[in-house]
Amino acid sequence: MSAAAPSDGRRRGASEADDPYRLGRHNGGGRDETSGHGSGGPASKHIIVGYGFWIFLLSDIVLFSAFFAAYAVLAGETAGGPSGRDLFDLRNVAIETALLLTSSFTCGLASIASRRRDATWTQIWLLVTGVLGAGFVLLEMREFVVMIGMRAGPSRSAFLSSFFALVGCHGLHVSVGLLWLGTMMAQLWVKSFRPAIQRRLLCFSLFWHTLDIIWVGLFTIVYLLGAGR
Amino acid sequence: MNDRDGYDAADLRDSAPGEELPGHGEPASGILGYALGFGLAVLLTTASFYVAGSQLIWGPSIPVLLVVLAIAQMGVHLAFFLHITTSPDNTNNVLALAFGALVIFLIIFGSVWIMAHLGHHQMTPAVMMQHMR
Amino acid sequence: MKLLGKLDWSAIPIHQPIPLITSLTILLLIGGLLGWVTVKRWWPYLWHEWITSVDHKRIGVMYCLLGLVMLMRGFADAIMMRTQQAVAISAPGFLPPEHFDQIFSAHGTIMIFFGAMPLLIGMMNFVIPLQLGVRDVAFPTLNSTGFWLTASGALLVNASLLIGEFSRAGWLPYPPLSELAYSPGVGVDYYLWAIQISGIGTLMTGVNLVTTILKMRAPGMDYLRMPMFCWTSLAANMLIVAAFPILTATLAMLTLDRYLGFHFFTNDAGGNMMMFVNLIWAWGHPEVYILILPAFGIFSEVFSTFSSKPLFGYRSMVAATLFICIVSFTVWLHHFFTMGAGADVNAAFGIATSIIAVGTGVKIYNWLFTMYRGRVRFATPMLWSLGFIVTFSIGGMTGVLLAVPPADFVLHNSMFLVAHFHNVIIGGVVFGLFAGLTYWFPKAFGFRLHEGWGKAAFWFSLAGFVIVFGAFYVLGLDGMTRRLQHVDVVEWEPWLLVSVAGVGVMLLGVLCQVIQLIVSIRSREVLRDESGDPWDGRSLEWSTLSPPPHFNFAVLPDVHGREAYWTTKAQAIEREALAPEPDYSPIHMPVNSATGFITAFFSTLIGFALVWHIWWLVALGFVGAYATFVVFAWRDQEDYEIGIDELRASDRERRHVRQNWLERRR
Repeated sequence: MSAAAPSDGRRRGASEADDPYRLGRHNGGGRDETSGHGSGGPASKHIIVGYGFWIFLLSDIVLFSAFFAAYAVLAGETAGGPSGRDLFDLRNVAIETALLLTSSFTCGLASIASRRRDATWTQIWLLVTGVLGAGFVLLEMREFVVMIGMRAGPSRSAFLSSFFALVGCHGLHVSVGLLWLGTMMAQLWVKSFRPAIQRRLLCFSLFWHTLDIIWVGLFTIVYLLGAGR
Repeated sequence: MNDRDGYDAADLRDSAPGEELPGHGEPASGILGYALGFGLAVLLTTASFYVAGSQLIWGPSIPVLLVVLAIAQMGVHLAFFLHITTSPDNTNNVLALAFGALVIFLIIFGSVWIMAHLGHHQMTPAVMMQHMR
Repeated sequence: MKLLGKLDWSAIPIHQPIPLITSLTILLLIGGLLGWVTVKRWWPYLWHEWITSVDHKRIGVMYCLLGLVMLMRGFADAIMMRTQQAVAISAPGFLPPEHFDQIFSAHGTIMIFFGAMPLLIGMMNFVIPLQLGVRDVAFPTLNSTGFWLTASGALLVNASLLIGEFSRAGWLPYPPLSELAYSPGVGVDYYLWAIQISGIGTLMTGVNLVTTILKMRAPGMDYLRMPMFCWTSLAANMLIVAAFPILTATLAMLTLDRYLGFHFFTNDAGGNMMMFVNLIWAWGHPEVYILILPAFGIFSEVFSTFSSKPLFGYRSMVAATLFICIVSFTVWLHHFFTMGAGADVNAAFGIATSIIAVGTGVKIYNWLFTMYRGRVRFATPMLWSLGFIVTFSIGGMTGVLLAVPPADFVLHNSMFLVAHFHNVIIGGVVFGLFAGLTYWFPKAFGFRLHEGWGKAAFWFSLAGFVIVFGAFYVLGLDGMTRRLQHVDVVEWEPWLLVSVAGVGVMLLGVLCQVIQLIVSIRSREVLRDESGDPWDGRSLEWSTLSPPPHFNFAVLPDVHGREAYWTTKAQAIEREALAPEPDYSPIHMPVNSATGFITAFFSTLIGFALVWHIWWLVALGFVGAYATFVVFAWRDQEDYEIGIDELRASDRERRHVRQNWLERRR
């Protein structure tokens, strides 16, 4: 049995073709052949779940891009009300950025610990990630409350609507991520490192890092550029 | 259903996104990789915040510089945290990302282009007031 | 805070006979159905085999059933609209404007979101794993959840018939009409939550099928050896993943406007209504390609099978598909040329629109060349496909005409436009669905559909379609605009009467389909598909029994070329023997799960509660949905093993059937 099926689409002639059900061959396909590139049979569950979640993240960043587009169009529509320059506290934004970026780093450390199947350190780093993320959400909520108190809430103008929606959408994602994180930490505690939990930790780290990437775009376009208006 | 389960290190020619396979085009691996990425990101973030309020940079170029710094930061995240590399085991992941990036570009810049032009035939409020007198 | 929010007895339309009688009739039918199931003690069977099934084949069938039922409801709306316009000429007609507006809004919403999409997704679900030579999709429980969420959306839309009202703002709710100031009722809210909930389901399908096609194929099946249906489905699902979030975001913005006083699209405080139009069509155009690409895939399968030839120009087909996929994101402004972006912008998008037609042109020529010098069999699926070639070419040409901005300025929102999009949707998507349903029905249920009634259905549908929409083209050129509740131009009357007559002919076609189903079920022994390969097929789904065992393949096939099954068949015929029996080893299949159904139950509660502002119920729904997720995540058993004996027994049955078939050929 040849190990590598040709990936160039070349047809085998009828004379040399083996029967499609090869004797003695495992139905999962050869272990040393490419998955993904097509010839080796279905990929492992680890890859399938990771890739599927990656595709979901793709959809999520398109969601954000629609809110970004709305923000880009409406950023100047302050309707006589306050603008970014009046409202944005860059020191607060800097702290939020530091919190989220550090939480991304600690999430990476949690990934490394989980690959070593070190339950204690995984939980520690996940906890730190969660605390940093919660700090981010609290600071952002405080910013929103202050702005609403200053009569600069989302119903004041289209600019503020698009600001609250875009930044709020990100904050909502972070909050849902924290809920997910808490649930997973509980699961890890009870069930320890099974393949399913390893896969979910991979998905969570993908999610968390992507949220930080989106935050980079957010603080640059909304806050840094907006504070100058 | 496939019959292989769990973390399969033997799958050398394809990798899940976010998965670190040492020796496969990674700039640095393990904790060092994450630390390096973190350090670079901190640098770029500080630079962004500094540039935003700075007098040292010519005003009209500030937005451009900020965008460049942001893209660089996103690249750092992708390479060091998400382990997206250009090696062949990552091809599917990169292609998916590229497709997403294309769509995002089209939506944001398409919308801005279209919406900016929609006033083309519209009367400005000032002209409208004139007509209404 | 009132316990039931805005909901009270005035929500029931006791003064409107048509919705009242319709909803009561539907309630009676559903009640009767549920009662019959109870009396026959079928609940355990339904629960274990269908409702909690994560089998892609079962889910596919349920999707198709949902789509067909909703297609009927959409068609009923169409009948009402045509009749109203035929009688309301310088007269009020029988549908007051408040009602007529709900009907055309419901017609579009239901046909696209709850008719066409579920049918297409159902077909993709059923066929793709079989064609790829694998046992299920990448995420079976997610698949089930996606289906039940779609059903939840459909339920909400239909609930609006009895409790409250539906949107009057069209199938795409343009502001400011859809804003709270001009639509203070619950109609737009029903629309928003139904679409958002089912949109999550659709996104789940997109993620599932992209991952399945890219990461799960039988050994040896490279990208360029996949059946064409899998390629076009891949493109369509990539579009779903990339486009549906735009719809989610835009409708969310409208929801924020309505619920929390935001100003995205309002008349005041800086809102920009035109941005809604821009964003919604940035989704809307990829959506129509999501609809047509799987249909293109079906036609590729049908043309090659019924011409007894491999598909012509496989690589150019793949290239054309990917070309269409990418360019579909660059043309969306052609839906609002008249909104005033100016000549430069209009020209750019107009040119892009004309260019995208090239991709489809390549495909049409490839299908024609597939037939050339083939042995063409005119079975029902082939008839639908030939009808498609003619009608879709015309529809596409009117599309290219509309792509020219100056022409569009005259024809935008006229009946010409309505004729164009129905031309391509019916001629393309609906004909494709019927071709696919007839083609794959034997695989799903084990017996063929009756050919005679199928042909009759085709001819009536084709004729009716030509009559109705031919009249629409004329009306459009005569200046008639769309969505008119009454008509004051007497010159249009003859064509409106013609179109009503055409609807009658289409109705005959629908009746033929229903009769075909009944007759086929009754004579299923005569129409039995003995071999599993009733059409002399070329792709892997035809190598299984009809219906396939729940694990599809006892041993995953090794694929050596482009038409995997055809090669195997040819070898078997040449050698006059089947290939040797393979070695079996135990496999794992996913366990059933109630997660999808229960999640959808809570989603329906959430949607309904959001419509009526019953906030405590919303919170309860979210808690319930989260709890369901946790229970699912906490489960210990994800799959179960199927042993060698069961595999061997099933495969031997299949081999026995094939052996008989081979011997009968001699």
